[in-house]
Amino acid sequence: MSDTILEIKDVNRIYKDGENIVEALSNINLSVKQGEFVSIIGSSGCGKTTLLRLIAGLDHPQSGQLLLDGEEIKEPDPLRGYVFQQGSLFQWLTVEQNIAFGLKARRVFKQNKHRVAEYIDMIGLSGFEKTYPHQISGGMAQRVAIARALINDPDVLLLDEPMGALDSFTRADIQDKLLEIRRSNNATMILVTHDVDEAIYLSNRIVVMTPRPGKISEILNIELPHPRHRGGTEFLAIRRNILEKFHMASAEPEPEYSI
Amino acid sequence: MNAVKTKPLPKMTEQFPINFTAVILFTVIGFVIAILGNICIPQISDGVKFKDYIICGLTLNINSAYRIVLAALALVYLLVGIFSAFDKDRQAKYKKRAPFRFAVGIALLLWDVLGTKLQALPQPFFPGPAGIIEAFLAESGFIWQNTLYSLRLFAIGFILGVIFGVGTGILIGWFPKVYYWVSPVLNITGVIPAVAWMPFALTLFPTPFAAAVFLIVICVWFPVASLTASGVQSTPKAQFEAARTLGGKTPYLVFHVAVPHAMPQIFTGINTANAFAFTTLVMAEMMGQPGGLGYYINASKVWSAYYKVFAAIIVMAVLFSLITKAVGLIEARVLRWQRGLLK
Repeated sequence: MSDTILEIKDVNRIYKDGENIVEALSNINLSVKQGEFVSIIGSSGCGKTTLLRLIAGLDHPQSGQLLLDGEEIKEPDPLRGYVFQQGSLFQWLTVEQNIAFGLKARRVFKQNKHRVAEYIDMIGLSGFEKTYPHQISGGMAQRVAIARALINDPDVLLLDEPMGALDSFTRADIQDKLLEIRRSNNATMILVTHDVDEAIYLSNRIVVMTPRPGKISEILNIELPHPRHRGGTEFLAIRRNILEKFHMASAEPEPEYSI
Repeated sequence: MNAVKTKPLPKMTEQFPINFTAVILFTVIGFVIAILGNICIPQISDGVKFKDYIICGLTLNINSAYRIVLAALALVYLLVGIFSAFDKDRQAKYKKRAPFRFAVGIALLLWDVLGTKLQALPQPFFPGPAGIIEAFLAESGFIWQNTLYSLRLFAIGFILGVIFGVGTGILIGWFPKVYYWVSPVLNITGVIPAVAWMPFALTLFPTPFAAAVFLIVICVWFPVASLTASGVQSTPKAQFEAARTLGGKTPYLVFHVAVPHAMPQIFTGINTANAFAFTTLVMAEMMGQPGGLGYYINASKVWSAYYKVFAAIIVMAVLFSLITKAVGLIEARVLRWQRGLLK
């Protein structure tokens, strides 16, 4: 259970924007264990999405290494499922066709056909198999995006602010769904978010990043038992603790975190 | 969540709406008046030949054939009316069109009187409606033959043009190098009306048919290729990234992400090409084909048989509407995912 599945060693990522050089990621070191839920939080521009894209293989570092199960990450691979911010579903495919996309792309659809229905059931969208993305709500669409990534049996599920554009009730609903999936699959998940409550509610560990240059300022272990109570004393204490760190870490206090 | 809308089948147990009967009668009465007019108004001007033709064992002259056509139209609208009576949406649609259909009947009556009975319109350029029917009585086989020729020419040219257009469009949209080298050529040659290539086409190709196919292919190719290319290019990066993280390799991304994403634009190209292709088809046929509706128009014009020109125009109107309708049905089927997304 405690094997390291993902290792990130001395990773640097620099963008050139005309004359400007942006140090998106500077000297990142992180290892993630099998079955762990890690959240990466930080203000915009701290490089959290860049880090997730590197893990996915959608982007490459200038220096340093990213290893999944000891193998270097070079290209996107269904072993690292990726759930994007809204709008990444294929509009021309129905819910079930979207979920089956990965199976078909990998040419394993025939032997796994039955699993599509299982995943639709898992995300609670039975009865919506034949509907198109524009006919369902944003929350349902994100659940489809999660199922679409999970059906490939990824070693790691990468979540890039998947609840970012949803209302708070839908968000809570999907958070519980994620926990439920984790319990049943023992999946490893890495979530990028700017919502501190969400990070505390879901994670074993929270990685706090700061911008310019993007680096990890702190890693916190969250040892509260599940189900976590958002209004609980300990929960609130952790929350206060993180928010304080934030205000110290960034040059000026960022009111967006004092929800 | 929009439930998928399905139309309930008409229930025969429902009572037939009485009010709607008036609407049906109103629709049909125009044609009935046209028939009565044709029977009751005597032939005033002479110069119209009432030759008898034997069709399917019936002896018909132009007037009796014309009345049969009118009666057939009236019967069709009567049946459509009865069918529409059982559905609210269809009823409303039918009702909306009733005044127009009534007016068509009256217009036919006026045309019949002016064109045939009085011959008040300049002859032989503007025959009456019954005069046009004569073309079908005299040589329906020949018209049918030419229609098939046109249809075959159109189908081959159009389908090849769409295939080439989508193919080059994908290449241009996907590979920046192809875009660099091919798109200027496409932009310059694309604006040239295809028929301008006619002299070359006739010398380059072994048969006039192949030459005309070539002209239709290039006139279809341009709009389809350029719109396919722009549809492929406008695919959001996030969609490709999503597909790659799901295990899609490059060819899969092209055919299962870029092409479906470009499909609405491909159909915009196809619809534009459709209109171009009709023009090219008829012009090519008028300029040197051994058959086709364009050829038939030209051949009839030489003999001043303008009623045959009108007959060919009517056949074209029907044929091209049917083709456009068929393309529309294919489009609605392929782009069914867009239903409710636009508007």
